[in-house]
Amino acid sequence: MTETTNNWLAACRVEDAVENGGVCVKHGEEQIALFYFTRRNEWYATQNECPHKKQMALSRGMIGSITDEPKVACPFHKKTFSLNTGECLSGDECAIKTYPVKVENGTVYVGINPKS
Amino acid sequence: MKEPQIIVIGNGMVGYKFCEKLRSKTSSFNLIVFGEEPRRAYDRVHLSEYFNGKTADDLSLSTENWYQEQNITLFLNNPVVKIDREQQKVYTGNGLDYTYDILVFATGSGAFVPNIPGIEKEGVFVYRTIEDLDLISTYAKKAKTASVIGGGLLGLEAAKALIDLGIEKTNIIEFAPRLMPRQIDAAGSDMLKSKLTDLGLQIHLNKNTANIEGEGKITALKFSDDTSLEADMLVISAGIKPRDELAKACGIEVGARGGIVVDEKMQTSDPAIFAIGECALFEGMIYGLVAPGYEMAEVLATNLCAGNKSFSSFDMSTKLKLIGIDVASFGDNFITEPDCRTIIFENKHKGVYKRINVSNDGQYLLGGILIGDASAYNMLLQTAINKIALPEDPEELILGSRGGGEPAGAGITSLPDNALICSCEGVSKGDICASVTDGGCENIDDVKKCTKAGTGCGGCMPMVKDLLNHTLKSQGKYIKNVICEHFNYSRQELYDLIHIHELKSYDEVLTALGENDGCEVCKPLVSSILASLWNEMILKKGNDVAQDSNDRFLANIQKGGSYSVVPRIPGGEITPEKLIVIGEVAKKYNLYTKITGGQRIDLFGAHLNDLPVIWEELIAAGFESGHAYGKGLRTVKSCVGSTWCRFGLHDSVSFAIRIEERYRGIRAPHKFKSAVSGCIRECAEAQSKDFGIIATEKGWNLYVCGNGGSKPQHALLLATDLDSETCIKYIDRFLMFYIRTADPLTRTATWLNKMEGGIDYLRNVIVNDSLGMAKQWEHEIEKLISSYKCEWKEAVENPAIRKRFSHFVNAPEEKDPSIEFVEMRGQKRTAEWKIV
Repeated sequence: MTETTNNWLAACRVEDAVENGGVCVKHGEEQIALFYFTRRNEWYATQNECPHKKQMALSRGMIGSITDEPKVACPFHKKTFSLNTGECLSGDECAIKTYPVKVENGTVYVGINPKS
Repeated sequence: MKEPQIIVIGNGMVGYKFCEKLRSKTSSFNLIVFGEEPRRAYDRVHLSEYFNGKTADDLSLSTENWYQEQNITLFLNNPVVKIDREQQKVYTGNGLDYTYDILVFATGSGAFVPNIPGIEKEGVFVYRTIEDLDLISTYAKKAKTASVIGGGLLGLEAAKALIDLGIEKTNIIEFAPRLMPRQIDAAGSDMLKSKLTDLGLQIHLNKNTANIEGEGKITALKFSDDTSLEADMLVISAGIKPRDELAKACGIEVGARGGIVVDEKMQTSDPAIFAIGECALFEGMIYGLVAPGYEMAEVLATNLCAGNKSFSSFDMSTKLKLIGIDVASFGDNFITEPDCRTIIFENKHKGVYKRINVSNDGQYLLGGILIGDASAYNMLLQTAINKIALPEDPEELILGSRGGGEPAGAGITSLPDNALICSCEGVSKGDICASVTDGGCENIDDVKKCTKAGTGCGGCMPMVKDLLNHTLKSQGKYIKNVICEHFNYSRQELYDLIHIHELKSYDEVLTALGENDGCEVCKPLVSSILASLWNEMILKKGNDVAQDSNDRFLANIQKGGSYSVVPRIPGGEITPEKLIVIGEVAKKYNLYTKITGGQRIDLFGAHLNDLPVIWEELIAAGFESGHAYGKGLRTVKSCVGSTWCRFGLHDSVSFAIRIEERYRGIRAPHKFKSAVSGCIRECAEAQSKDFGIIATEKGWNLYVCGNGGSKPQHALLLATDLDSETCIKYIDRFLMFYIRTADPLTRTATWLNKMEGGIDYLRNVIVNDSLGMAKQWEHEIEKLISSYKCEWKEAVENPAIRKRFSHFVNAPEEKDPSIEFVEMRGQKRTAEWKIV
């Protein structure tokens, strides 16, 4: 993965993020869900829209893990998605976009060129 | 073409069952039924329950409209008096005649009345119909001593009825040297006799009644051994006599000792005439039990619909509870050595006698007798009928395994699929299991409805329950006890552990008791337990992200991503001023308004960002959270009661408000609802609630565990005529018991359905404090009640929490632009799902 500083969106300060939960980041017309998985000391970002019923909701979902795979559950119908790969873990044929995240000097950045 | 006409004479249990079975197979045939009694067929097996409070309606086998719905013409109080076989006609008591193509005798039996001098005297009764019972019960009021002639099954039932009627001294007179001579042996009879004597019954065996003494009415019985016995009344229960008089009169073949002779197709000597039930004589035998009668009905109904079934000799095993004493016999109960080997267990201290007869090679169980403890009856019966190989030590079948470990015996799993579980309705093990695996039945009521198993005498119910549970378990359908991969505990265990360790946040609980990172199953569950235990603000201590979405934002998320706002309106009572505030808030924030089923007002379509300001305005006007989003108390619905209603007995609104304010904010395994009605008209629909209260002349009746929803269930009466304080005390205990023990997301109705012992057990726990927990629970709920705070008030006043009510972290003032509304009937509604 090549990183160019231009592609990093400054999303929020670390203290604005929700510990062990998500916030929604506005990026033009796009909405990105940003998760601070404090328990694992990991950051994840995905699209905010749940593909199941096209609801802007994933940032309000509960996060957790299945075996060791970090996941988020949509608050609407509890479809779960891998935070690593975006793959739907509830047996549906839909996946979500994921984004890289980095933290520098207390600011959280989301890489807006999505991983393939 | 005209439908062939079937006339059924007799509207007893078997006659009714024949109609039911025929109509379940075909709608053809004109079906006409003549009954001599004034009421529809009723459950004669449980007749004695008429004396402990069951009504004639309770005992009725059908609903009032059933016959009409099934297109059956029913004449009650209208006996057939004559049959003309040449013309194929029956004549009724009121002079009318009807033509038949097929005639079915289901005339049953009457009481056999021995020819004792004086039998016609006043105070002598038989025990057969509801009318007999009414007569007995009236006469019993002025009687102090009573006797029953007949120490068989019916005689003992009658004696029990006399005890229930308050007769001080009841005697049982039996001609044979032992009680229940058809079912039990001498040793069993001795045991039964000593138990009955303990209960205050006098048993006289080997007694031949010679005369009934008294001037006009009975005063004493005189026996052939010249002894005598005082008696103010006498009930004859000396056996049954088939009702074959009509058949005899029209020249059909009857047996020398009574009974209409039938072949294996239930056909009489006249090919157009059939007989079923206790009036039928098959291979020289009258079958005086309901199960073989039902089987006869099945045979006939099947054959009339072009099927081919035959009746063969029927298993006459019985199990019953006589005055609280188990008595059972099965298979070949009287076979003796050297034709078999007999194992006998007797415990006079406990009043238990068990005998099993085992084949000489020790392979099979042939039959047996159980007195005092018949819990093994179903298993033993199945082991005998299905010729299941016996364990090495067959004694373990009646003694239990004494080597520790699993109890011996075959267990339901070893039964073959064709094992007949419910002999009344002819339901096999395979039928019951299939109703679960293929029919989707998940509880005992489903299985009863689907297979009819257990709807006859009910004796097979324990076995049906075991089969249901076993099949559910084998399908993995049983509620998993372990919460999820992160917690290796049941909810109840976790509840106690969190309590003991005084854990206050989800993270602490996960670290102390769980593993890994948690998930959407354990997070809300633990949060709910934390709230139930400590009642702290649910969005503090990092618990906000462990709440289900509705709890996390203290509002219900709706289609499209907007939220709804429901202020509490206790008891549904609201002032005009507060109504105006709701209207103004709705207008200001462009909210859709609707009255809810729980007598309050729901405001829909709020943006996440607007929730705090909306609530600020509502709180300023005196509103508080309605917890419509939480698993806790929703509403306490009420009717206006005695304040306005001309029928109202008490002030139901004030009581509803008191209840709602008492339990508001308390979280439980699932939501719970309540209602208070001011009189029995029940306008508040309290019997559909988790707990419901109905005013009576003397106080309040408390109902529990009702439910609306997809599987409506009436609440059951827990206690009657309570004063307000006791009523509240019982609700306190009830709620704490539910909160502590229910499985996750289980409503009170399902909780009760799964509870062993059902409402009786629950009543014992709540009213009689059988677990000794009442004081602790009352203390615990007081703590919850006194720590109540409106969580919306806390949310809007706490900047850290309030900050979470914005959609974009990097644009806190902006609302979610993806939310769309459309107009409908002058208000807004949410746009349809963008995908279906």
